[in-house]
Amino acid sequence: MARTHRGLALLALLPVGFLVVFFAWPVAAIVGLGFGDGGVAEVLTRASTWQLAGFTVGQAAASTVLSVLAGLPIAFVLARVKLPGIALVRTIVLVPFVLPTVVVGLAFRALWPDGGVLAIVLANAFFNVAVVARTVGGLWSHLDRRAEEAARALGASSWQAFRSVTLPRLTPAVFSASAVVFLFCSTSFGVVLILGGGRFRTLETEIYLRTVNLLDLSGAAALSLVQLLAVVAALVIGAVARRRRESALRLRSAAEAVRRPEGREWWVVAAAVVVLGLLLTPIVALLMKSSIAGFEGLATTGGALPVSGWDAALRSLRTATDATVLAMCVGVLASVVLVSLRRSPGRLARGAGETMDAALMLPLGVSAVTVGFGYLVTLDDLPGDLRTSPLLVPFAQALVIIPMVVRMILPVLRSVDERLRQAAATLGAGPARVWREIDFPLAARSLVAAAGFGYVIALGEFGATSFLARPGEPTLPVAIAALISRPGELNSQMAYAACVLLMLVTAAVVTVIDRLKPSTGEF
Amino acid sequence: MTRTVRAVAALCAAGVLLAGCTLSGSEEPADDVTTIKLVTHDSFAAPQEILDAFQQQSGIRIEVLKEGDAGALTNKLVLTKASPIADVAFGVDTTFATRALSEGVFEPYTSPEADRGPQRYAIDPEHRLSAVDVGDVCVNIDTAWFAEKGLPEPETFDDLADPRYKDLLVVANPATSSPGLAFLLGTVAKYGPQGWQEYWGKLKTNGVKAVSSWEVAYNQEFSGSAGKGPRPVVVSYASSPAAEIGEDGKPRTKALLDTCFRQVEYAGLLAGGKQADKAGRVVDFLLSQQFQSTVAENMYVYPSREGVELPPAWKEAAPQPTKPASLPGEEIQANREQWIEQWRGLIEG
Repeated sequence: MARTHRGLALLALLPVGFLVVFFAWPVAAIVGLGFGDGGVAEVLTRASTWQLAGFTVGQAAASTVLSVLAGLPIAFVLARVKLPGIALVRTIVLVPFVLPTVVVGLAFRALWPDGGVLAIVLANAFFNVAVVARTVGGLWSHLDRRAEEAARALGASSWQAFRSVTLPRLTPAVFSASAVVFLFCSTSFGVVLILGGGRFRTLETEIYLRTVNLLDLSGAAALSLVQLLAVVAALVIGAVARRRRESALRLRSAAEAVRRPEGREWWVVAAAVVVLGLLLTPIVALLMKSSIAGFEGLATTGGALPVSGWDAALRSLRTATDATVLAMCVGVLASVVLVSLRRSPGRLARGAGETMDAALMLPLGVSAVTVGFGYLVTLDDLPGDLRTSPLLVPFAQALVIIPMVVRMILPVLRSVDERLRQAAATLGAGPARVWREIDFPLAARSLVAAAGFGYVIALGEFGATSFLARPGEPTLPVAIAALISRPGELNSQMAYAACVLLMLVTAAVVTVIDRLKPSTGEF
Repeated sequence: MTRTVRAVAALCAAGVLLAGCTLSGSEEPADDVTTIKLVTHDSFAAPQEILDAFQQQSGIRIEVLKEGDAGALTNKLVLTKASPIADVAFGVDTTFATRALSEGVFEPYTSPEADRGPQRYAIDPEHRLSAVDVGDVCVNIDTAWFAEKGLPEPETFDDLADPRYKDLLVVANPATSSPGLAFLLGTVAKYGPQGWQEYWGKLKTNGVKAVSSWEVAYNQEFSGSAGKGPRPVVVSYASSPAAEIGEDGKPRTKALLDTCFRQVEYAGLLAGGKQADKAGRVVDFLLSQQFQSTVAENMYVYPSREGVELPPAWKEAAPQPTKPASLPGEEIQANREQWIEQWRGLIEG
């Protein structure tokens, strides 16, 4: 047993080390500076601080609920339905996720000229429907359909069968997705800034303003602590809810789960169509704002952009590749370690597992500006002064992707029936062999899906990239932001044309990745 | 099963290789070239040919790093002053220069090019900062809108508070937008530390709309640009009309030159740098005729150097204001936060 533990510790070294160096240390250093300045306690006792916290949690919770409600019908359609055009649905759902917030913010302002809470919640949900659809859909497509069919045969209505058989099995994935969406929404910056117009403020926008405009590090540190507190509380609630529901599932290959909908399932399909229509509204609005002149402008160099749109698109693809490779290495290792820790005997190992699980999610709950400023005060202590290295772009992007990878792979790995592993071990297979023969094949689709999703996040990532990308080498989101912040009709048409290009690149990537999915007939 | 493993392994390997290519893709400079790091803000833009020509002629390769907007840049410089991230910084502006100077971020350097005009904007007797360019934040109007309504065009701050121009003005929030802050400072300069609040009270009565950013104000609310919004008066830049030339060759918008607030952007040597002489030559380059002639087209600001030709469209549509308002850096530094809070109380409250 000691040997397994040592092996696990070695495996855990990479993900834990990565998080410590590129997340925990910089954040602790910058928050520590704030404490050094004093005044943290004073900010913590202000009523306005707690009002901010309340509004932050409230809008994030509302957005999460809305994302889940809108995402579940799509997840069903992606996992269970055999109809023409499903591949297209898969692609469309992901498009909102990559669009730059400033562009989506402008699109939503066109619908709600004065912004406000409703617009903030809707825009957050618009971005995050994909998280629910993909995370839940991933597990759903592996669920053995026969349990439901047995329930139906025993006289349950399709709704009863869903509620008592399918839903409990999906719950871990729903909570996983909700946790990610909650974290994305509680730290969403651009949406709140543009649609809140300064009147509605969250912890994230205040941390940004205090750090970037006022250099009030102690105020920012106090607010970062409150944000961290809220995030940890949400994670604990999520973990408790998940643990109570988790159970071994009989996972099947996806192909046999798909069929033509029947009976009341058509209602769910209809709901999915409505959601799709709503998602498409801002997308189509953006399409209509682009113009031939904008595309022509993008095709050439010079003017407001140092490179052509194609160069920017190519650079986006390359950076996203680096970030995805990095995030997959760290994320998959972390997931393997987490699953093993959970299965290990002894409370200590399980406790370590729970802590690591939560810690892996924290990057989504901490302000990007805190991490970015933290880099400046820490990374010069490392050899090679990484503070201004182009390597930081994929590193910073990977921090955003890793939690997503873990949340997509863990539910699948965890629900692998332990008896399969025990049987393999009894037959003489070592831990590596068990992983290769049992876990990997069952998780393969989720792995590819997670990599694809991670890739898409990196494609659309703007915050970290805009700080770190080198001039003359913008990614597409950075180019869009540069164009939209300049006056002139042509610049704005080029910005919208670049958005269309970003959508097309995303769609192409998603299509290719969906094709790459391992064939499912083998297990 | 084994096929799956192999496929994924191959994919991973291909991915790592690809990543390797990308990460090692930056070309190594030749031996006789010194690299000087120039840290700047997001709006920095210079044609690659100019940078290449400078490298040819001086043996100095400029590596440009962008670190957010002027505020983020300044604060990052302050945070890293013990271990600077670059040799030269450009983009610290009037609103933030005092903070950088009082924190000792820059060291003295007098450029031989400074007497060709940049000295007009000097703010520091020790010459730690050299003025590179000048931007003026001014109220812009949609001239066609006023012609169509038969309403005379507003000209001054006072006009904006006139009931004839009710519900026409859109501004950006000074807490979240740098042109928004500049406009607020412009009203402070005009009406004084006591009078500006009263003026903004009148603006509020007159239906001023405040949004979070320049992008929203200009692209969405303003009627004179691509967004074709409802409001014909917006806070933008003196140079903005140059980007709004119609098909007839005439500008569709106009900056009100009596409402401008001047923001000068400075460059300087970061204290503690090991290559001060080479870094100084980069500052000289930023003030040179060669570089200065690109700033209008690339960064939408006016050159600090005298006698630099503006692009043709600018001469007609975006003349430089002659009497812009300004405030001493110390006063801005001492009051910025308080003024923003008071503004929030007045307009958002």
